[in-house]
Amino acid sequence: MRRAGSYAALTIGAVVVLAPIYFTIVNSLLPPSQLAHQPPPLFPSSPQWHDYSLAWTSGHLARYMATSAVMTISIVVGQLVTSVFAAYAFAFLRFPFKRTLFLLCLATLMIPFEVTFITNLDTLTSLGWFNSYEGLAVPFLATGFGIFLLRQAFLQIPKDLLEAARLDGYGHWRFMLRVAVPLARPSLAALGVFSFLAAWNQYLWPLVATGGTSPLDTVQIGLKQLVGTSAQNIPIALAGAVIAFVPLVILLLIFQKQLVRSLTAGAVK
Amino acid sequence: MAEVSFAGVTKRFGDSVAVDGLTLDIGDGELLVLLGSSGCGKTTALRLVAGLEEVSEGTISIGGRVVNEIDPKDRDVAMVFQSYALYPHLSVARNIEFPLRQRGMAKEERTAKVKEAAVTLGLDALLDRKPSQLSGGQRQRVALARAIVRDPQVFLMDEPLSNLDAALRVQTRADIVALQSRLSTTTLYVTHDQVEAMTMGDRIAVMSQGVLQQVAAPEDLYARPANTFVAGFLGSPGMNLLPGRIGRGVDDGFTVEVSGGSVPLPPALRTAAAGLVVLGLRPESLRIDPLGPLRAGVTIVELLGAETHVICTTPDGSRLIVRQPPQAAKPAPGDQVGIAIDPDPAALHLFDAASTQRLGP
Amino acid sequence: MTVASVGVGGGATSRDTARRSRRLREMGLAYLLLAPALLAFGVFTFYPFLRNFKLMLYETPPVPGLPAHYVGLHQIVPTLTSTQFTQSLVTTLIFVVLVVPLSLVLGLLLAVAAHRRLKGIAIYRMIFSSTVVSSVAVASVVFGTLLNPVVGLLPWLGINPSPPALENSTWALPAVAVITIWQFLGLSFIIMSAGLQSVPDELLEAAQIDGAGAWTRFWRMTVPLLSPTIFFALVVSTIYAFQSFGAVDILIGYQNAANLHANVLIYEIVNTLQMENNPGAAAIMATVLFLITLGLTLLQMRFLERRVHYAN
Repeated sequence: MRRAGSYAALTIGAVVVLAPIYFTIVNSLLPPSQLAHQPPPLFPSSPQWHDYSLAWTSGHLARYMATSAVMTISIVVGQLVTSVFAAYAFAFLRFPFKRTLFLLCLATLMIPFEVTFITNLDTLTSLGWFNSYEGLAVPFLATGFGIFLLRQAFLQIPKDLLEAARLDGYGHWRFMLRVAVPLARPSLAALGVFSFLAAWNQYLWPLVATGGTSPLDTVQIGLKQLVGTSAQNIPIALAGAVIAFVPLVILLLIFQKQLVRSLTAGAVK
Repeated sequence: MAEVSFAGVTKRFGDSVAVDGLTLDIGDGELLVLLGSSGCGKTTALRLVAGLEEVSEGTISIGGRVVNEIDPKDRDVAMVFQSYALYPHLSVARNIEFPLRQRGMAKEERTAKVKEAAVTLGLDALLDRKPSQLSGGQRQRVALARAIVRDPQVFLMDEPLSNLDAALRVQTRADIVALQSRLSTTTLYVTHDQVEAMTMGDRIAVMSQGVLQQVAAPEDLYARPANTFVAGFLGSPGMNLLPGRIGRGVDDGFTVEVSGGSVPLPPALRTAAAGLVVLGLRPESLRIDPLGPLRAGVTIVELLGAETHVICTTPDGSRLIVRQPPQAAKPAPGDQVGIAIDPDPAALHLFDAASTQRLGP
Repeated sequence: MTVASVGVGGGATSRDTARRSRRLREMGLAYLLLAPALLAFGVFTFYPFLRNFKLMLYETPPVPGLPAHYVGLHQIVPTLTSTQFTQSLVTTLIFVVLVVPLSLVLGLLLAVAAHRRLKGIAIYRMIFSSTVVSSVAVASVVFGTLLNPVVGLLPWLGINPSPPALENSTWALPAVAVITIWQFLGLSFIIMSAGLQSVPDELLEAAQIDGAGAWTRFWRMTVPLLSPTIFFALVVSTIYAFQSFGAVDILIGYQNAANLHANVLIYEIVNTLQMENNPGAAAIMATVLFLITLGLTLLQMRFLERRVHYAN
């Protein structure tokens, strides 16, 4: 009996969380005439799949996805590489000011976006990177969070391993690439998934870095363009949202563990 | 009256059976030990009584009342967990008080009972501390205090001594026995340590792979094990178990032929079935004696000071341990020795090879 | 592995020089490895942070084309006392109060509900975490449609605000709050779930045996033991709420934000920069926002850390 109550509560919760998405998917497939129907239809009787292809073509979603992809992949690769390098230095090398520099890296997490974006825009413009791929990606190529996470992972590797490798003639580069990185793979995956998500879903920076409607709009900005006021556009905009959302859900399904790991890095002791 | 009864209790987790058809009655005020190695089902059985797991088949009764459908909090049992499960954010006093708060007791009465329990367990001075500030032994006593404070019908203890160091264990063992005896509360005590079981239990229930092997008072369990599992489990070092067969000996008597020799059977065992058997001989019933009926080769001699263990191997590879008194002869590894058996007929244990059950009295 | 070198006869041994050059190489490698990250931080984090203070001192006239001129600290007070700013600040605070407690409570309830050994629980957990991958744009499109007076769900539920929700000065901000809560729910759930895992089952079992019902167990056991996690979630959600920009931008827009009392501070900052072309004022407001979030985080750490219980 208790169990039935638990399932009931869980199902109510699930319905509440999913209802908006379900509503979106259904409505993206409705012909305009049925949109204003009350009560809202639970199932599209004649699904208008062409709304999806419309979103893709005249809604420019294809172009937006491409831009997002280029930007996101650049950021993820950049963050992984810079974090691996810096974390390696902090974990395995001895050098002066190590503590200060590490605190500096962590301090970047305390400086919020609203303070830096104003100058970053100016920097971008003076470098001629306004409305360009570089402009979208370069400010995010390094992250204090990534350095923190990977340093943690590297510190788990027993010191003996490094010493044994040194004795075997491994230099630092080889040790990094052949031993440290493979052993830290779970954390790398966690960071990768987290970076991907954060970069793909970004809104404010791509908006200001490309200014208004631009051929370099990302998916997120593109969605804004799709939101029109005419009823005709609504299913297309919803289709766009679904296209933007579903790949990430698939990502979540595959990488759920890694994502949870990165998101809770600060919460649980 | 607070007897505890298992009637045909089975507990399944998915496909595996943790407790299989357990039928066991624990008398009011008795301290019954559930003994077995890890995975044998003893902890599961305990948790079934507590209500932390649901029974798959069968019924559990406390004080004559079937409790299968009753919530743990309404069963009037108290449990001491292996890791003590003290509430880390509450002081010692509040930890002990916790069970009483759910019962709508007046504040003065609660405080009095907490004090009483604390004094019984020597925790008087520690009432304001938090669990993290206590030593292992002190935490254990807080767990006990919390259990006794509400005077439940049954105590359930899940290996409460296993996290203590050896010296503390011996002392606490005695304390728990004294406490239980004074309070006369029915207690179900789970452990894998046979020394604890032998010294503490009024009766011991030996379990293996979910099945109850034997339940009896410690002396009976030791002197008359019901099967080869119980025989080999109790005793340190455990009973020697030699495969053999029944044969005819001189004077029309029966013998049991094992690799290494032929042992005459006393009259009581002669009525036992013929065929393949297992002969059980406790190490303390054996002596190195060139005139003994058994022959074996010595592999290791362990000098323990108060006694010597001579570990031998029979021709077929079976291990035979002989416990020699300290001043007796010490053979060397590699020697071939004769082994004599205590003439007391109770020194011989015979088990059916196929069913592993005890043959004879 | 230090070998004390006893300078017999003075002067460095070859071992010393070898060790020293090894150290130098290690140092060089370290700085080389750190260079990319430090360069990026320097240019895109620290330099902007410092320049922000400089920007505060320059005023840009409202006439387009004219350069900014130095006014020192004189721009600060007018900016901070303008109705634009004060209204925006109040709006933001209301917004944070709407978003944060509800996010935490809902996340916790879902996490507790899903923290059981039931069949198929993994699907529920998946569903509850799913909003963590939604972007603010997706959430805005989804809810924008939901709240649409013609095609949305509201008419069916009998709710017909006039003017419609997203153009309604009373309901615009709560609507944006709902969107933000929904979007943050996945993360809140994930954080609370992770925290619940660290509460030992045995403690709750012991409480059960000690007679505590489900409600008592929740309030006296789970919540106190979960306080580090709740505290972490509080900090994260507060910062998140303060930086919510997208929903207002997509659904309300510059024209209406102020009138509808939905111009949260971050939105105000961006528009001061872009629409009014006044980086000085924007920088001042950004600094205020930064100080508020920093202050709140430190305050929470100081005040609440004391009451956090660690289960060790």
